[in-house]
Amino acid sequence: MPISQPLDVLAALIPDGARLAIPADYAGVSMAMVAPLLKRGAHGLHLVCVPTSGIQADILIGAGAVATVETSAVTLGEAGGAPAFNRAVKSGTIRLMDATCPAIHAGLIAAQKGMPFLPLRGLIGSDILANRQDWRVIDNPFADERDPVVLIPALAPDVALFHAPAADRFGNVKIGRRRELATMAYAARSTIVTVERIVEGDLMASEESAAGTLPALYVDAIGVAPGGAAPCALWGEYETDTAAMRAYAKAARDPAAFADYVAALTGEVPA
Amino acid sequence: MSAAPGASPREILIATIADLLDGVRHVAVGASSPIPAAGAMLRRALNETEGKPPVRLSILGSVRHNFFTNGGVELFDCAAQGRIDAFFLGGGQIDGEANINLVGTGTYPETDVRWPGSFGSAYLYFVVPRVILFREEHSPRVFVPKVDFVSAPGVSDPGTFRTGGPYALLTGKGLFDFDKERRRFALRSVHPGHSLREIEAATGFGFDHAAAPAETPQPRAEAMRLLHGRVLDELAETYPDFAASLKDERAAA
Repeated sequence: MPISQPLDVLAALIPDGARLAIPADYAGVSMAMVAPLLKRGAHGLHLVCVPTSGIQADILIGAGAVATVETSAVTLGEAGGAPAFNRAVKSGTIRLMDATCPAIHAGLIAAQKGMPFLPLRGLIGSDILANRQDWRVIDNPFADERDPVVLIPALAPDVALFHAPAADRFGNVKIGRRRELATMAYAARSTIVTVERIVEGDLMASEESAAGTLPALYVDAIGVAPGGAAPCALWGEYETDTAAMRAYAKAARDPAAFADYVAALTGEVPA
Repeated sequence: MSAAPGASPREILIATIADLLDGVRHVAVGASSPIPAAGAMLRRALNETEGKPPVRLSILGSVRHNFFTNGGVELFDCAAQGRIDAFFLGGGQIDGEANINLVGTGTYPETDVRWPGSFGSAYLYFVVPRVILFREEHSPRVFVPKVDFVSAPGVSDPGTFRTGGPYALLTGKGLFDFDKERRRFALRSVHPGHSLREIEAATGFGFDHAAAPAETPQPRAEAMRLLHGRVLDELAETYPDFAASLKDERAAA
């Protein structure tokens, strides 16, 4: 089997209704997979934003591919709020699971360890906790006095999807210091990665490169997509395309312009 | 100490933040927070010139200005260990008990107005000792009697683990202290050009104040010199537009 596969083949590996983990805008977003997912007609996705998302979640939500959003925030950053997300919230077309960043990490880490939950400080007295029927508060069994602590259940995504600078021919993926990408992959049942390029050599061969590598053991499928995080930044490779982000924000504020944007993205009409 | 006359409102905010950060070892700043970042950079520069202990500054999302190699979770682990002394939180709404709302207005979940979300607030507010609430817009729609959604509570009942919480509230009009025993803000000073009456009209909750509150001090000359020297250069690396506008503002003053 070739190490990389076409993106439409990868899109078929993300089933409707899947719990799909995607990283924050700074960590390596596989924007390249948005169009193949929409062309496939993906729907009912449960997005797990690790721990927030931006344009990727917004497009998928606006295009009707998403049923549930589990996140600590959805924002276009400097380009403003996430228009499609905001509309979907107001109209009640998505189920919201508002979280706080370390709770998303805690759920993934519990899954990574094969544990039913991880305790987390904070949260008590917040309306985030009040609205999360799947979270529990217990008394710390090791304390002498009353000490309530929140339990975050294991969060095992069906699929983790991200974009990275490189993979080698053995399927190892360079993740640098973005360790949450490893956490996502450890916790998920399968992991799909798009990369800028396939490199010669073995990323596991030297201590220096192995330290920033997600081993092929955790990687199920790879696709090559140069510029595949744009308009989001990719660490060590390129900066955020601010003009493109603002252009999206402007289009997404108007449902008709958003539809045109998606049609151009999926190649139904020329961009 | 000589004052630099006629500092701009933003220069006063930056210098005030630098004062609030006196004594911290490690301050974290959100990605799109140029004024808090400038205040933290000014604190760092002041400590160097005053021979005080060094200040670490982590700008979240920045590749250059962060000390983390363990992914997104490390900020929260670092805070859990007590290694982050100060952080900034804002809020679409903030109420008189220092509850903050980053989620939206109206009835959750189908809020009339939706904001991005709570980010790490529901954790960091509990474990960072010096949380500075910073919101430039000082209006009744921001400073409400009671927030519509509590992203993170200002105070917790006794028995709830809490090493952190609100330390001050800085707005475009004034600076407040927070008394967690009384669950109430107290106006410390009014920024130049503003008044107690104006602040009362723009604040939807009651707060303590002197009959004639102090005026927020002008930045010291040394602070202004550092701000318009090395701090602007450092700031320009991460916030080029903001640094350029501060520079233009000073040139025009």
